[in-house]
Amino acid sequence: MIAVTFAALWGHWWRSPLQLFTLLAGLALATALWSGVQAINAEARASYDAASATLGEAQFDRLVHRDGLPIGQDTYVRLRRGGWLVSPVIEGRIGDVRFIGLDPLTAPGGMAPIGLINMNDLQGFISADGRIIAAPDVLLDGVKFDPAIAPGTAIADVGTVQVLLGRRAEFDALVVRSEQPLGQASLEDIAPELTRRVAQSGSDIGRLTNSFHLNLSAFGLLSFAVGIFIVQGAIGLAFEQRRGTVQTLRTLGVPMQFLVLLIVVELLWLALIAGLIGVGLGYLIAAFLMPDVSATLRGLYGADVVGTLKLRLIWLASGMAISIFGTVLAASTALWKLSRMPLNVGAQPRAISVIAGRGEKAQVAASAVLLLVAFVLGLTADEILTGFVLLGALLIGAALGLPTVLRVLLDGVAQYSRGVIASWFWADTRQQLPGLSLALMALMLAMATNVGVSTMVSSFRLTFVAFLDQRLSSELYVTAEGPEQAAYMVDFMTPQVDAVLPIMSAQVQISGRPTDVFGARDHTTYRDNWTFLTAGLTPWEDVHTDAAVLISEQLARSADLQVGDVVNIGQQPLKIAGVYADYGNPIGQAIIAESLFKTLFPNVLALRFGLRLPLEDVDAFVEGLKSEAGLPASSVVNQASIKAYSLAIFDRTFTVTAALNILTLSVAGFAILMSLLTLTAMRVPQLAPAWAMGLTRWKLGLLELFRTVMLALLTGVIALPLGLALAWVLLAVVNVAAFGWRLPMFLFPWDYAQLGALAILAAGLAALWPAMQLVRMPPADLLKVFSNER
Amino acid sequence: MNAKLIFILLWLPVTSLAQGFAGLGSGAEGFKLPETNPTFQFPSDDGSHPDFRIEWWYLTANLQGSDGQDYGLQWTLFRTALAPKDYEGWSSPQLWMGHAAVTTPDAHFVAERLARGGIGQAGVTADPFEAWIDEWIFSGPDSGAVLRAAGPNFAYDMSMYAIGPRVFHGTAGYSLKSAEGQASYYFSQPFYKIEGTLQLPLGDVYVTGDAWLDREWSSKPLGSDQTGWDWFSLSFDDGSKLMGFLLRGDSVFTQATLIDEEGATVAYSDGAFTAEPIKQSQVAGRDVPTTWRVLLPDAGIDIVVTALNTQSWMDTSVPYWEGPVRVTGSHTGIGYLEMTGYE
Repeated sequence: MIAVTFAALWGHWWRSPLQLFTLLAGLALATALWSGVQAINAEARASYDAASATLGEAQFDRLVHRDGLPIGQDTYVRLRRGGWLVSPVIEGRIGDVRFIGLDPLTAPGGMAPIGLINMNDLQGFISADGRIIAAPDVLLDGVKFDPAIAPGTAIADVGTVQVLLGRRAEFDALVVRSEQPLGQASLEDIAPELTRRVAQSGSDIGRLTNSFHLNLSAFGLLSFAVGIFIVQGAIGLAFEQRRGTVQTLRTLGVPMQFLVLLIVVELLWLALIAGLIGVGLGYLIAAFLMPDVSATLRGLYGADVVGTLKLRLIWLASGMAISIFGTVLAASTALWKLSRMPLNVGAQPRAISVIAGRGEKAQVAASAVLLLVAFVLGLTADEILTGFVLLGALLIGAALGLPTVLRVLLDGVAQYSRGVIASWFWADTRQQLPGLSLALMALMLAMATNVGVSTMVSSFRLTFVAFLDQRLSSELYVTAEGPEQAAYMVDFMTPQVDAVLPIMSAQVQISGRPTDVFGARDHTTYRDNWTFLTAGLTPWEDVHTDAAVLISEQLARSADLQVGDVVNIGQQPLKIAGVYADYGNPIGQAIIAESLFKTLFPNVLALRFGLRLPLEDVDAFVEGLKSEAGLPASSVVNQASIKAYSLAIFDRTFTVTAALNILTLSVAGFAILMSLLTLTAMRVPQLAPAWAMGLTRWKLGLLELFRTVMLALLTGVIALPLGLALAWVLLAVVNVAAFGWRLPMFLFPWDYAQLGALAILAAGLAALWPAMQLVRMPPADLLKVFSNER
Repeated sequence: MNAKLIFILLWLPVTSLAQGFAGLGSGAEGFKLPETNPTFQFPSDDGSHPDFRIEWWYLTANLQGSDGQDYGLQWTLFRTALAPKDYEGWSSPQLWMGHAAVTTPDAHFVAERLARGGIGQAGVTADPFEAWIDEWIFSGPDSGAVLRAAGPNFAYDMSMYAIGPRVFHGTAGYSLKSAEGQASYYFSQPFYKIEGTLQLPLGDVYVTGDAWLDREWSSKPLGSDQTGWDWFSLSFDDGSKLMGFLLRGDSVFTQATLIDEEGATVAYSDGAFTAEPIKQSQVAGRDVPTTWRVLLPDAGIDIVVTALNTQSWMDTSVPYWEGPVRVTGSHTGIGYLEMTGYE
């Protein structure tokens, strides 16, 4: 019996291969979207893990020089002999390769890359001509490759790297082991010039790039939601179409439980196949987008991500899981409905509509509760987790409410419609709504997601451009190699330009937070270009005349500081005159007057300078710097080129975002196509009377197309505010919780219009085929309706 | 006691157990080898010998606390050389490892340190004598030395003076380690009186007792088949002392030195000294003998050696057992036991 029943069930797919295709394709597409985003995220994360493991910043505190100077080898030995279990790190670039030197004997476990733990390598590593271990993408001869090392990085013994960088007997930082012995001498006594920097929960790089990843993670989450809807649609469709077969089998005496079991087995097989196809597609998507993502991250934050993919178990598994999980979730409702189907009732669209009407009340109630939760969380949420709960409640609540909102809108329109055809059209649209609502929900979520993510990325760009204008207000930036060259350069440059603005900084603690403090010259450049989030009336004047300080938003938020509060730098009390935005910086920043800075940090000399000069003189001046002062080209940076580079990076981000936008909308369009295909077959009995009364097939087809486009338009109108709410949550709740700074939100009506057009195009394309089917339907088929008992 | 623990050799490329325990049986290319009939020069031979591959300053002490309880203490500095050279800077081939421990009847505290030579983080100077790694230190002459070490949960600060002479094992300090002729230079200072303070989680304890320093260096001390040893340094209540070891390989190789209270020695060759496990204990997931019957019939010694704390496990880069013992039988007393190669 099993074989026969199964053959009967399976036979359905043979008769309608198109439906099998839509089911598989639907599942596969949803899986692909999910696993594609996951793949990109997993790959990038793996790269960061390697990077942060290399430096141990995530796990271990570090000792660094207060003034950012190197740490002498004698200081290291003094600390060790004072009971400080610290391990030296030296770091520098040679060409494109970042070299990190460490001492494998004192490095805490988990700091050195995995390859080093093999002690057989130790002798080669620490011997006079020490071995270099590098990431596979490093183009060096005679090195050993290890994929656990961060991209673009080479690791060698601390002594080897000292020689390579020409920096004998000095280090950049000392990593502090988490377990220290009893009776340790105080740091103040041994090395008062050092300061302890607390381990960061993520590395510097990790924190910065996380803000970009949040973007992608949000996209992953949202695409998951869209995916679930499409899977639900695909499964529901398959069940709807097989009601007849199931009924026949039951009439023949096949027990219901047995049928359900067979269907479950069949569905799991399909989910498995579709999942595999989807993961494969996701891999292709990710491989296609990866170089762009990699370039984006590298340019934005200087984090190296290998621009190639590895098949990682985590997203392979997660892709399969979503396919199966989605299938089970979607099938459980369908199976429940199927098992309750009376033996002798046929599948009628009208019946579906009525039953759906009963469920609608519960759905509206759930939607109302979720939206209320979202509202309350919107006012109160201040953690990443609550931020994501808020996102979920908002999206699901809105999706559940969509059919009702659409129905109410249609009811409204129907009241004012005149003429027979119009009345019929609106009534018929309303009746179709239940069958289409899942697909429309998917469309709405896709649209809202795209609006939200576009808003976030574009807001980020605008903010960043303004930020660049503020920070890169000088026309040229030059860097000296040492104090002597710096002094010579200042003498050379001063008579030739409008202003030479030294850039000098030191690391301090303000209210217990690690902070980079900068000394600023009293110059109109700052007054003209800097904007503040909050400030007194004359922030710059206060800085230069009243020894006030300006602090970054991150510092203000994390230490709960406001304008007017007083903080200490060393022993010097300073009143806060203003708070400014400092996007993407994981640690605090503060600005004080140049004169005060020189008093507090007499040893810090400026090696970088911003130069103000008329734009048209820039080229000639740069030429002079090279020919007369002998400064290498690499020491001079033209502000315009930095900005152009930064913007180019953003355009890459947009490539990724745009590609993902089109993908999500395609998936939603596919959901509409499938729903319409189902409905078309079922709707023949309803359309036949309209045809018989004189509506041509062409006109019917056009009306079908119009209906879909109109529903898509309505959905799009509802999706817009939802998308904006989504963007707000991402920028003002999740970002603040994750990074301590809030991104201002800007609106981009033109982008939304384009997205709306895309969504309508997707819906229209999806409706085109079913409409064409209707147009081409032989009149005999329509006539058959009247001779049929149905 | 210990011609042992060149655990640092674990790091060497030739390392494997097939080459004897912790690589001690591996080759000695370019390094000097111990020669028979040595003449030691002091204080220079208290310092290090970079031409030899391995060397250690190994101090153990049996202590009695002001609380009436028995304690044990270990302070060890190992040197290993990747090449028979020594120079300043990170490229120095000399590597250092320190082990410190305090044993109580129901607890065993361990710490380990590693360091590169050439930068001043660890080393040994002969005159004035100072052996150090990080803040751990063993310095000063026999007439007045200090000893300090600390871990995350224990520390000690001790002072010592010797009441007897150095003693030389084997033939005038040339100590055979296998029938094939592997050997090391080996002498001891077993006559230290020691006192000081142990800092333990339950509080500080003032302790006094006896300490025993082993000095040993070589370049290839073990036969390639030798995979572990059991080492006894015992102080009897009658004032005499016994150093005895058995090296486990295809056959067992034993040596012993009996020291009278004035420091005069009698050396015993292979087979005179024997030790048989009586009782095993489960330690760190393996069986380790913690009660032994020790025989030296030529000297009328027939004793039972029992661990103060059976769980005296050194959970270090290369793990081993090292802890204080009590002696009963024909002679009574205290001592230290080291056991390696129990996998």
